[in-house]
Amino acid sequence: MPTTRRQFLSLAGSLTAAGTIPIVTLRPVEATPPMLNTAIRNVVGEAQIRTGKIKLDIPPLVENGNTVPLTVSVASPMTDADYVKSIHVFNEKNPQPNIGNFHLGPSSGRAQVSTRIRLADSQKVVAIARLSDDTFWQVAADVVVTLAACTEEMN
Amino acid sequence: MAALINVPAKAKRGEIIEIRTLTSHIMETGFRHTAAGALVPRDIITSFTCRYNGTEIFRADLFPAIAANPYLSFFTVAKDSGKFEFEWIGDNGYSSTASVSILVE
Amino acid sequence: MRFWRAIAVALTATVPALLAGEIPPEARRSGYSFMGPDTRAMQDDDTSNPGMLFVLDGEALWGKKTGRAQNSCADCHGDARGSMKGVAARYPAFDKALGRPVTLDQRINLCRSNHQQATPLPYESRDLLALSAFVAHQSRGVPITAGDDPQVRPFVDQGRDLFMQREGQLNLACSNCHDDNFDKRLAGAPITQGQPTGYPLYRLEWQTLGSLERRLRSCMTGVRAQAYDYGSPELVALELYLMSRARGLPMETPAVRP
Repeated sequence: MPTTRRQFLSLAGSLTAAGTIPIVTLRPVEATPPMLNTAIRNVVGEAQIRTGKIKLDIPPLVENGNTVPLTVSVASPMTDADYVKSIHVFNEKNPQPNIGNFHLGPSSGRAQVSTRIRLADSQKVVAIARLSDDTFWQVAADVVVTLAACTEEMN
Repeated sequence: MAALINVPAKAKRGEIIEIRTLTSHIMETGFRHTAAGALVPRDIITSFTCRYNGTEIFRADLFPAIAANPYLSFFTVAKDSGKFEFEWIGDNGYSSTASVSILVE
Repeated sequence: MRFWRAIAVALTATVPALLAGEIPPEARRSGYSFMGPDTRAMQDDDTSNPGMLFVLDGEALWGKKTGRAQNSCADCHGDARGSMKGVAARYPAFDKALGRPVTLDQRINLCRSNHQQATPLPYESRDLLALSAFVAHQSRGVPITAGDDPQVRPFVDQGRDLFMQREGQLNLACSNCHDDNFDKRLAGAPITQGQPTGYPLYRLEWQTLGSLERRLRSCMTGVRAQAYDYGSPELVALELYLMSRARGLPMETPAVRP
């Protein structure tokens, strides 16, 4: 059945009005906007940030940015001599770059933390681990946030 | 307000156990506005602490980017039988606590 | 533009099926089956399902004496694990005194005014959602049978008519999406069959528990229609039709949905 101009316009209008177009953008992981960079430097100071050791599990495509599951784990023996002191999680595009700081110790046994976060838009999430030797290790992931088609009006 | 705590009732000495906590809280970001344009003031949990027989084993600083009804999962080594104590502290004088016991064999 | 055209063609092509109506029973699927693995995992584990926080609150309220009668729910109904099992799977159910079906929320408030002499709890208030979630949770796994009672038949039919009726500035009926186009996507989100198996449920979008009526009202806002009031006969009829349409599917309260 051919689509009439009226049907086409009404559907196109309805979809743009009621919904949002899924945003698929690829950003280089290296790009660090100033606000995010400042938040990271507040934790790390002038120390060198290395890559490796730390892993960030977050869905690449999330169904709702209001509740995004996230797990950070660090490869560490978690002994008195060699353990993870803290894990810091940041975001790129929320109104505020910090998400959470998690303080561990040798008695943690395993350097792994899970929580649920809010992402206002598709963006980069960064996790940094501080080890007992005061070295810093970073990982980043890009997350695409799809928005629900029929959301309630803000109230 | 309810909290859901998941800690194994029993563990072997030296075993690494997972602790999961979920607590009721709106986690109002402080970045939203009402329909009339007024800013909704921030109301979040800012700090979570877990103590195991009195010793702090895990602490978290939370920000508005933590989802409502904060969920946290972390690990510890089961050392002795005793008690885990949990404390959530937040804006407007918010404070809540919970505790569970564990048997270590 | 090609995207819109594809949707437009898809919708036009399915217009005859729209009139034929309903999804065959064997093809009916819970919203759970449309979700991603992370959201499923959140629902599956009671210690990570935020809806369970409300169930816990509801359990505390169940045992709390209230109203001028100083009665608790438990004073009449005893242990909810036994007395409330399967109840939510039958709601909305016919109320003889009123001569019409009432929702579980309305039943709780009728109990409050008649037996506890307490003021009704506002729709979507934390306490009403918590009690409703606690009661409905007792039916988890129980197949839905709402609408089987012959007395509610006219109200099921009314709900079905409302489901099939185009409305709002976008002139869409519920059935245009949820009968004819489930498994497709509307922008980024999958279109489900709209089977209300897990209410009240925890919606990630809401970041809280909410009722089926809240969900229906936000759909109506989505098609730019004037939403019916909470507790209105139209919403109750729609809820009843939707529950009867989900006949045989197991209850999941408290479900988690995106």
